[in-house]
Amino acid sequence: MKILVAVKRVIDYNVRVRVKGDQTGVETANVKMAINPFCEIAVEEAVRLQEAGKAKEIVAVSIGPSQCQEVLRTALAMGADRGLLYETDAELQPLAIARLLQHAIQKEQPTLVILGKQAIDGDNNQTGQMLAALLGWPQGTFASKLEFDGNQAIVTREIDGGLETVALDLPAVVTTDLRLNEPRYLKLPNIMKAKKKPLDVVPAASTGVELASALKVLRVTEPPRRSGGVKVASVQELVDKLRNEAKVLS
Amino acid sequence: MSVLVVAEHDNQELKSATRNTITAATQLGGEVVVLVAGQGCGAVAQAAAGVAGVARVVQVEAEHYAHPLAEELTPLVIAHAGNATHVLAPATTFGKNLLPRVAAQLGVMQISDIVRVESPDTFVRPIYAGNALATVQSSDRVKVITVRSTGFDAAATGAAPAPIEQGAAQPAFGKSRFVRHQLTKSERPELTSASIVVSGGRGMGSADNFRLIDDVADKLGAAVGASRAAVDAGFAPNDYQVGQTGKIVAPNLYIAVGISGAIQHLAGMKDSKVIVAINKDEEAPIFEVADYGLVADLFQALPELSTALSR
Repeated sequence: MKILVAVKRVIDYNVRVRVKGDQTGVETANVKMAINPFCEIAVEEAVRLQEAGKAKEIVAVSIGPSQCQEVLRTALAMGADRGLLYETDAELQPLAIARLLQHAIQKEQPTLVILGKQAIDGDNNQTGQMLAALLGWPQGTFASKLEFDGNQAIVTREIDGGLETVALDLPAVVTTDLRLNEPRYLKLPNIMKAKKKPLDVVPAASTGVELASALKVLRVTEPPRRSGGVKVASVQELVDKLRNEAKVLS
Repeated sequence: MSVLVVAEHDNQELKSATRNTITAATQLGGEVVVLVAGQGCGAVAQAAAGVAGVARVVQVEAEHYAHPLAEELTPLVIAHAGNATHVLAPATTFGKNLLPRVAAQLGVMQISDIVRVESPDTFVRPIYAGNALATVQSSDRVKVITVRSTGFDAAATGAAPAPIEQGAAQPAFGKSRFVRHQLTKSERPELTSASIVVSGGRGMGSADNFRLIDDVADKLGAAVGASRAAVDAGFAPNDYQVGQTGKIVAPNLYIAVGISGAIQHLAGMKDSKVIVAINKDEEAPIFEVADYGLVADLFQALPELSTALSR
């Protein structure tokens, strides 16, 4: 089985994000960037399937500026075999991303595509579902467990209220939730080895894929700040305040 | 001109987030039509018909709609979106699984998690775990939107019933099958619609100690939540998780116990009306957003709180 995984470069999750003064977006200059945590889980799952003898080859794909090669190198150091970057400086929306991934899939013909359920920048949670739609494939979103039974993927999904298990005919698209696995730490020899693995860079504009967006960001603003309140000295004082001041308890 | 709302339900009950979505739909102008697809879902269609603001309910029954598989529902939603200007669903795992597939099939963008309607084509949505708000304008002919329920009040029930029509099913997709559910059984209110939520964090120390949270929640008729740290440590099931990667809640009262207040967690609860924090570390960032903070050992404070609430 050949697996394609998608990886996105985002602001590191430990960075406190700041909105730009001109309201055009958030500050990204001189900010630490990293692989999106959910994408990292996707790569880890693919590598585990390869280690278990279920996958033959793993192709990691990223879309964005030249620096996305860094997150592809991370994926290669984790165990992916090849990298592919669709290079563009444009801010693409999930539909355009899904169309570019579809382009890669038509070329690579994988049996399974694993993506993170969402990127922690736009918090859209769309690309995997859109890709499945474009391909006409089944989708197993928010996966916390992935198994195989013949020509089916058995996906346990995190849903509101508990878990749901679905059986999907392969080929299929799976998106990862947090509890699917815990990604490995990179070892220095693997980081060195990753530098020699093949990584193709293709200009996104050369693919002929429709990349235009019908969505315009008018402005990005700070959310209203909550100001801290008061400290209370005891449980009794807390209950009094909740009953008589905040009036949220009867 | 119409706005199509895809109802979330389990064939028995209309999920309350659908009513918040209906409120958002009424702000767009145009007739609000609710699509109820399921198997044996007549009670749900009736409940939807009684929600204020609904002009019409379309009920579609088929075996392949018995469970809400996105692959099956997508062609059905598209078939009923014919002259709709907007297609809406709650931004729950149901809506998030379904609407991107619908949008891509229609060749349009999807707008996730809106918290405000500025105009029929302009919406506000949180990005970066709620650390920024983006105002976005769509020029798509049909706008496909998931609605964050904390941004809109739930539409009232008990309105004069709207007409219910029976709609035709689409052929089954068939490449994906429902296998089973393992749902958390709870007598408590649903986390996302409860008026009081009591959440525990890593400070709870163990799954057993969550009983202290349960006691307080039972006295208050509250739902129980947890931080991602508590879930990762195995103290609470994942569907208790409140935060960027879990559930987004905005109850009247949110009590955070033994939760330090990581950005990730604040993203899920900072729109609550009143926030209480109980933590032994007075430097914990949770106190920066709490209306009432109590610096105390939770193992003493929780039993005391439970007793005080009985009085």
